[in-house]
Amino acid sequence: MSILQRTASELRQSLESGDVSAVELTTACVERISATEDRVGAFLRVDEKRALAQAAAIDARRAKKQPVGRLAGLPVAVKDLLCERGQLTTCASRMLADFRPPYDSTVVAKLKAEGAVLLGRTNMDEFAMGGSTENSAFQVTRNPWDLERTPGGSSGGSAASVAAGMVPLAIGTDTGGSIRQPAGLCGVVGMKPTYGRVSRYGLVAFASSLDQVGPMAHTVEDAALLLEAIAGHDQRDSTSLDEPVPAYTATVNQPLAGLRIGVAKEHFAAGLDAEVEQATRAALRVYESLGATVEEISLPHGKFGVATYYVIAPSEASSNLARYDGAHYGYRTDEREMLAELAGERKNMEAAGNRRGLDQLDSALVRMYRRTRAEGFGPEVKRRIMLGTYSLSAGYYDAYYLKALKVRRLIRQDYDHAFDEVDLIAGPITASPAFKLGEMIDDPLAMYLVDLYTVSANLAGIPGLCLPCGQTTSGLPIGLQLQAPILQEERLLRGARMYEQATDWHKQRAPI
Amino acid sequence: MAITRQDVEKVALLARLQLSEAELATMSEQLSQIVGYVDHLAQLSTDGVEPMAHAIEQRNVFRTDEVAMSLPREEALASAPHHDSRGYLVPAVLGE
Repeated sequence: MSILQRTASELRQSLESGDVSAVELTTACVERISATEDRVGAFLRVDEKRALAQAAAIDARRAKKQPVGRLAGLPVAVKDLLCERGQLTTCASRMLADFRPPYDSTVVAKLKAEGAVLLGRTNMDEFAMGGSTENSAFQVTRNPWDLERTPGGSSGGSAASVAAGMVPLAIGTDTGGSIRQPAGLCGVVGMKPTYGRVSRYGLVAFASSLDQVGPMAHTVEDAALLLEAIAGHDQRDSTSLDEPVPAYTATVNQPLAGLRIGVAKEHFAAGLDAEVEQATRAALRVYESLGATVEEISLPHGKFGVATYYVIAPSEASSNLARYDGAHYGYRTDEREMLAELAGERKNMEAAGNRRGLDQLDSALVRMYRRTRAEGFGPEVKRRIMLGTYSLSAGYYDAYYLKALKVRRLIRQDYDHAFDEVDLIAGPITASPAFKLGEMIDDPLAMYLVDLYTVSANLAGIPGLCLPCGQTTSGLPIGLQLQAPILQEERLLRGARMYEQATDWHKQRAPI
Repeated sequence: MAITRQDVEKVALLARLQLSEAELATMSEQLSQIVGYVDHLAQLSTDGVEPMAHAIEQRNVFRTDEVAMSLPREEALASAPHHDSRGYLVPAVLGE
């Protein structure tokens, strides 16, 4: 068996026992990337030289019996929106195409402290806005299971990099489903922790009350390993939870006795693909065979989740992305062209006696902002900024933003009530398997509706995980989503691992 | 709910975005569609429901007021599109 077929947990043992060296493992990953990247396009940048140097350093430490971190020698791909000092962090946007942050994000600092080999930066939807990775300003990422289809998004590059066997571990981010949905569409495990479980310091912000960083891997056991390494309180993130991090890897293989699983009746409405429904129900029967009980619950406000999310997230984004104005860093429009454009407009208005136009004409600074942002941002980012600005503007704030915040509370209350009766909620991750490239790019609303099953966890702050539970007859992965109460990552991981250990879906590999 | 071209122009200015003719047209159409979908939140009664901005209760977090290293000037200016080693340079704001 090629070493790339081993899980991260197995590789960790191989590295510790000396069966495999970090350099051998990193080299194998680099070779795999060379063999498949031109077809998949998961990476924006691969840092082969630096990765091999990091791997060699770990091997040297091990040789001298010096202590190494819990990820020592394991290659990890990182979604390109976590800052690393001096390294390009582009968020797949022209706005930050040349941006090198002056500081490390906490997550990247922790990965380095734990000895991870940072192999490269993965492709994503621009500024994490999208569900297909098609909104990247730089390249397309294809689903390793079917190269005509998207890997999902916005962490599509991270999902594809694991699915194609290029790396055993990857970091994604999830604001409305952006780890869980691509994990489901690519047949890998992806988890969004409780809001505040992982520090957002140095995570380029999309929606501050929704964003979370999380692990992506082949197995739940591997996800537990990566989560343990990155979770924890951080003084520099005021929304970070001051709660100790349980030893997830110590308990993940322990099944849960008396597990009560809730299934929301609203999750099985019209529009759910028949094969997805079949695979989901089969997964529930596996749980029953393991001694769990499955009962029906209701999440009555879930149907308002997409609308609620698509008011709150764009509103927060419109505020967070205001900083990209060309003044301090990032892209700036060509000033000479900008001034010439203004001068031309002024001249035309003077000639036409257009006093009103002249009064309202942008100042040079405002025109610099407007052109910089028009040229630096892609269409989806502009759409969400516009939507958010509209929802927050005078006259609309109450009807949209404030209203959405109230529905948010109702969505959270649904979960609180459900979790009084059950321990975990299980259901589909998406209504359909991976869709074709280009299929939804011209229909933003259709694209937003793909997030149906995932947004509520972000709105409520609860943790969620997706793991493979089947395949369509055409060989596309089907994912199962599990959700747990606030700070119950241990329960979520153990519950997911129970299913994984009783099935073989996590051992399936994309035919590439 | 129809979003007019004027609405889009107004919001674009607030958002500091310059939109082309084609973009103005597409944006009106797409925003109308999305806002039309979002409008169905109005069907739901939320009387007496407190808005929830954060899923986890937020408290102000303070650190002790101690002087520590901050970002050195050269590093802060390192990514600036236009600077004069002391500060960021932008088109003149006051006077023309």
